[in-house]
Amino acid sequence: MFPISDYKKATTIEEALALMAEDPGLRPIAGGTDILIKLHKGKPGYDRLVDIHDVAALSGIRLNDSGDIVIGPGTVFNQVIANELIQTHLPVLATALATIGGPQVRNMGTIGGNLCNGVPSADSAPALLVFNATVTLRSHTGVRQLLVADFFKGPGEVDLAPGELLTAITIPAADHRDHFGHYIKYAMRDAMDIATIGCAAAVAIEGDRLGDLRLAFGVAAPVPIRCPAAEAAAKGRPLDGELAERVAAAVLSDVRPRDSWRAAKDFRLQIIGELARRALRHAVMNAGGRLPCDRP
Amino acid sequence: MRQTIAITLNGSPRRFDVDVRQSLMEVLREQAGTLSVKQGCGVGECGACTVLIDDAPVDSCIYLAVWADGRAVRTTEGECRDGQLSPVQQAFVEEGAVQCGICTPGFVMAATALTERRPGEPLDRDAIRRGLAGNLCRCTGYATIVTAVEKCICREEE
Amino acid sequence: MAIGKNVPRVDAVAKVTGRARYTDDYHMPGMLHAGYVRSTIAHGRVTRIDTAQAAALPGVEAVYTFEDVPQTLFATAGHPYSLDPAHMDVADRLLLTGHVRYHGDEVAVVVARDRLTLQAAIAKVAVEYEPYPVMVEGAAALAEGAFEIHAGSRNRIGESRYQTGQDVDAALAAAPIRIESHYRSRIVQHCHIENHIALAYMDDLDQITIISSTQIPHIARRIVGEALGLPWGQIRVIKPYIGGGFGAKQDVVLEPMVAWLTRRLDGRPVQIDLSREECMIGTRIRHPFDIALRAGADEEGRLLAMDLDVISNSGAYASHGHSVAAAGGAKMRSLYPNAQVRYHAQTVYANIPAAGAMRAYGSPQVLFAVECAVEEAARRCGMDPLAFRLKNVVRPGDKDGLTGKPFLSCGLVECLEKGRALIGWDEKRAALAGGQDGPIRRGLGVACFSYASGTFPVCLEIAGARIILNQDGSVHVQVGATEIGQGSDTVVAQMAAETLGIPYEKVHVVSTQDTDVAPFDTGAYASRQAYVVSNAVKRAAEELKEKILAQAQYMTGIDSAALDLQGGAVVYVEAPERRVMLLGDLALASYYDKEHGGGQLTADVSLKTRTNAPTFGCTFVEVEVDIPLCRITIREICNVHDSGRILHPIMAAGQVQGGAAMGIGAALYEELLVDAESGWIYNNNLLDYKFPTPVDIPEIGWAFVETTEPTSGYGNKSLGEPPIISPPAAIRNALWDATGVKIDTLPLTPHRLFRHFKKAGLI
Ligand code: FES
Ligand code: FES
Repeated sequence: MFPISDYKKATTIEEALALMAEDPGLRPIAGGTDILIKLHKGKPGYDRLVDIHDVAALSGIRLNDSGDIVIGPGTVFNQVIANELIQTHLPVLATALATIGGPQVRNMGTIGGNLCNGVPSADSAPALLVFNATVTLRSHTGVRQLLVADFFKGPGEVDLAPGELLTAITIPAADHRDHFGHYIKYAMRDAMDIATIGCAAAVAIEGDRLGDLRLAFGVAAPVPIRCPAAEAAAKGRPLDGELAERVAAAVLSDVRPRDSWRAAKDFRLQIIGELARRALRHAVMNAGGRLPCDRP
Repeated sequence: MRQTIAITLNGSPRRFDVDVRQSLMEVLREQAGTLSVKQGCGVGECGACTVLIDDAPVDSCIYLAVWADGRAVRTTEGECRDGQLSPVQQAFVEEGAVQCGICTPGFVMAATALTERRPGEPLDRDAIRRGLAGNLCRCTGYATIVTAVEKCICREEE
Repeated sequence: MAIGKNVPRVDAVAKVTGRARYTDDYHMPGMLHAGYVRSTIAHGRVTRIDTAQAAALPGVEAVYTFEDVPQTLFATAGHPYSLDPAHMDVADRLLLTGHVRYHGDEVAVVVARDRLTLQAAIAKVAVEYEPYPVMVEGAAALAEGAFEIHAGSRNRIGESRYQTGQDVDAALAAAPIRIESHYRSRIVQHCHIENHIALAYMDDLDQITIISSTQIPHIARRIVGEALGLPWGQIRVIKPYIGGGFGAKQDVVLEPMVAWLTRRLDGRPVQIDLSREECMIGTRIRHPFDIALRAGADEEGRLLAMDLDVISNSGAYASHGHSVAAAGGAKMRSLYPNAQVRYHAQTVYANIPAAGAMRAYGSPQVLFAVECAVEEAARRCGMDPLAFRLKNVVRPGDKDGLTGKPFLSCGLVECLEKGRALIGWDEKRAALAGGQDGPIRRGLGVACFSYASGTFPVCLEIAGARIILNQDGSVHVQVGATEIGQGSDTVVAQMAAETLGIPYEKVHVVSTQDTDVAPFDTGAYASRQAYVVSNAVKRAAEELKEKILAQAQYMTGIDSAALDLQGGAVVYVEAPERRVMLLGDLALASYYDKEHGGGQLTADVSLKTRTNAPTFGCTFVEVEVDIPLCRITIREICNVHDSGRILHPIMAAGQVQGGAAMGIGAALYEELLVDAESGWIYNNNLLDYKFPTPVDIPEIGWAFVETTEPTSGYGNKSLGEPPIISPPAAIRNALWDATGVKIDTLPLTPHRLFRHFKKAGLI
């Protein structure tokens, strides 16, 4: 039995918002794969819950009129992965989510929960970052929208006010149309593990040049980040043997990994540089180009 | 904080009066008597508690019992009908996929979902391993389990 | 004939249908739940403990602290009792302690009506400590003047040495090729999927019944008696199906506490069900070893001598004491019997969780060192490491360097040859001969092992078997040997069927051991069971068969010497196709005939085994190393074993694959991380302790070289434990082959590879 001290069930978004407005101390629980574990471990602060597990309006994926992909945050990972829109327009997100946990966890955990949990290792984050995804946050009093990049505030901390609920994740049409991406998760095991480093790259190529690079990392800083220096270093460069090296070198000024018992800083730096090379190479390949590089 | 839930458990409609704080695993073990649902970690790391909810595998240890309301729950007890093992169970027996057996019910259910969900879709050993990646076994080294699932898939295709 | 056949495993159907009952499935109405208050520091003394708040919670039945428990020290190791006081296990435990010795030590116990209340109450027990110096490494604990973890111990648990040959120092000094290195293994945890769990209740005033997930029910009975100061006969231990043990349950962990609690609480049922987090630190671990090794070889590739100096870290409590280090050294001796060996080992206390038995008991650590050093010797001679091993490993007729006893069955050379062919050693080696320089490189490795079948002559080896002829002509077999997943019940049934001459399906093995009725056997450990039980089952089956044939003679007047039992029927020896009578008819007559003899035909045998059969084998592996990502991928691996006769090919393969997988885990993934300063444990869960998942373990090849061991009832030798031993050294040797980087500490995690690759200038 979980040490839950207060429990309210919501079946609609409005109901959830009303409950949270009335009692801002309530925390939403959707898939439960993070919160129930925290409760199991006796972590304080998670014992008062508003259950949004069965709020149908929070799940599902659609294309809106502008061609943006709108993902309901309550959609479980496996539904996102199997979704045709995602498979067609955003396969890199499917790749990233498929690295989470195991099949069971992916049938329970939700993409919104993965973001709201706020951990630097969230596998959904780098992929969403490189596609300039936004989050829509609703409360009883209003709605606001911000870039995923601005949503992360610190380790375990997101820009979510009491009473606010994440109601949509949107990937703008322009971003998913002309960029091709790749995600690599580096972890100690190939399943059931958290990322030591996660890296997503998205590119647009123009002939034999790299028109645009977007590079994002998980666990390379206190929050998932984009890499402006590496992106600038790559923009417009020819797809030659030097490019991967330039990016791998430049990325080191973007990242701020830390030493922890899970991995040392210098080790993380090694992996970051290497993943930058490989993610770039694969993203270019997915965009139909070729990047000379001796790495797999 | 009690609530009555109605579930279809292994094909039979059942009602349980549950505490909202209970995991589905607890209700299945303590109230429903489906003791095949094992606990190895309680936090979604081992898969010993795997059951199927509407035919999809979940870790019942981190799934609130109230969420199962109105849904169909399957455990390995229900896979054996009229004394007849399911194809997956039968393959586990034949291929030596069972040692201490504590992980077995969870693996049987994950494997059942795997063989049912993709009829016709080829599954090689790597794909089977990925499909079973949420289950840990310390005894077998997994090879016999993968072989058992492979055998079920081949049988289906025949 | 059932031996050597893939008969259906006796418990497989029960397990796939979920009907097999494990300890947690024995739930009693009114059962209380107990749990420990564990120390939050690794070393210190409790200065204040306040239980009032916890005790006041509704639903809490009792809170006991270290001040409330009996002050009798007891030992916990699942060893047979020793009549020799010098060989007794170290008694250094109390049920609870005020001197905490590892992060997670047990200072109090709470009993509550439900688990949720239990957890809340445990959190409410306030404890204050006076910290003591924390020593995580064995060497620190051995230092002059180090703080004593157990008063009067000087932090030493035991020490042993042996030497074979004339003069190891002289041999080493004269050796043209000398190797000197330091090998280390870190903490591995068993991770059986069923955590430790036990339940106790009383159904009269003095009899305590304990249902426990244990490998050693009869030993548990004795130790509970010792710990509580009760006559052993008042303790009854029942072992249902168990969800893995791997040695962690060859120790008495929860049983004394649940027994003590039920006694304190009027015999009410009390269960302790450890969480995974507790199980990973509060039960047992594998001893980390530190081994200084010197070896010498000549230019012709002869291994001349080895000198090992071992520090075995037993952690907070002695548990198996010095036995693990001593056994690892002793069992290694059979591998290269023509080299002189000096082995010196010390076992010490430190402020890490208590180490105990784990699959292959010291051999993985010792043989990792030996097989790394042998690899180096081979390379320094300029020889193919396989050729070097073929030249030096044990052959039939070689003698044990200490006892002078010849090795009777020994197929290691054939194992190496078989493995060579299986992995394509020569072809792969030739392909790699040109050298490699890219970021991704391949390498080949091999390593051997020797092990034993049981603990004789160090410990007593005893097995019991009782076979009863049922009214319907089937038999029930009761053994004290415990099924823990390895398939022991199935091979017992095969043995009984084989010798009795009845169909395998007619043999029912009682899987549960209940110490009140099960024959005495010390349990599952030391890879002993199929070996030591074989002669007991065989003898019992022979005795029962004799009684059956005597009954047949009585019923038919035909001399029993002319009769045999085959396929469940009494037949003529000379004409086995001619059936005299069915066993079922004979049984009915024996039970119910009013006039004569018979009755329930039973054989009951208790047998001591005074032999021990060494076993051998090897691992071949091909790895691919991704240098920039600091990762090893196994491309191909196979284990080849000489385990005597193979009783059940599918189950035997399962033991090899499961054991090798655990070896791969220990080689590449697994390490319980302890903070060097505070003794704090970082990763006591299955997310952070990287036990390999189905996608992390490669396909594992296997093969057997079948020999016939004359001292065994059915020609078989040990198989359950050995497969774990050789994969780590083989993988390490392959890494060296691939990259030129040799790493002498396990596990070979990306972090460790990173440091070494960096030092070598590879990245
Ligand atoms: S018990 Fe549910 S995943 Fe381990
Ligand atoms: S059979 Fe023992 S854990 Fe899988």
